[in-house]
Amino acid sequence: MPPLAIELLWWEGCPSHPRALAELREVVEELGLDPDAVEVREVATDADAGNEAFVGSPTIRVNGRDIRPPGDEPTGLTCRVYRRRDGRISPTPDPADVRDAVRAALHREAA
Amino acid sequence: MSVGIGEAAPDFVLADTDGDEQQLLVGAPATAIVFTCNHCPYALAWHDRLLDVARDYAPRGVRVVLVNPNDGERYPRDSPEASRERVREDGGWPAPYLRDETQEAARAYGARTTPDVFVLDSAGILRYRGAPDADHDEPAENAAWLRDALDAVLAGDQPLPAETDPVGCSIKWKPDG
Repeated sequence: MPPLAIELLWWEGCPSHPRALAELREVVEELGLDPDAVEVREVATDADAGNEAFVGSPTIRVNGRDIRPPGDEPTGLTCRVYRRRDGRISPTPDPADVRDAVRAALHREAA
Repeated sequence: MSVGIGEAAPDFVLADTDGDEQQLLVGAPATAIVFTCNHCPYALAWHDRLLDVARDYAPRGVRVVLVNPNDGERYPRDSPEASRERVREDGGWPAPYLRDETQEAARAYGARTTPDVFVLDSAGILRYRGAPDADHDEPAENAAWLRDALDAVLAGDQPLPAETDPVGCSIKWKPDG
């Protein structure tokens, strides 16, 4: 398997990152990658948020690409709003979306 | 500063989304004060359940009040204008949505997150504080902890548990707050 850069960026004001990280690691392992290779980074200040183009916690990127591209969302220290595939609002992304994003990155790497 | 279970809760007069002033405590047989906001996924996930509680308990005289304490300058989605627009787009809510501009109400209650629920009895004594139910991601939970607390208060009993951990986004305090 080609290595992927998988990152989870989080902010302490939002309690969703432990669950997001657990679900991300589960998906990564399912796809035959090393779950411990996920890079976890705290975003602590507004300046950090700007520098990281961080639009909220949690943010998951695979090879630099956001698993749910945020469009023109402003950067800042806030919690991200995700929608599960059944339409529910959630503080964490749907694991199926995470899986699709990692799979797509693997395909791009393999191509 | 915060209010504990069994203690008298402070009263405040806050503006609703029409700009009209509303008192939190109006002698209802039970009152649920919910600190909440427009941008937090936890608040949004629980929102419909909270409005259902307001609808379902209105015939029993229960007053449900939603209060947004967040700094609307740093978080424009929580500005009074954004709140007004949100209520308007929904065609109105079955509970008033009040603005805690000075954040004094949130501080006095000791609110920590959005949402953070406080249930008071007819004398304004705090009887329950915490989350609406056990899982923000599960609509079938139906704000069960809040409903149980209201049922207990209406029956003249102390809700059990009296406290659960509030779950949600941290309140966005003003920098000089």
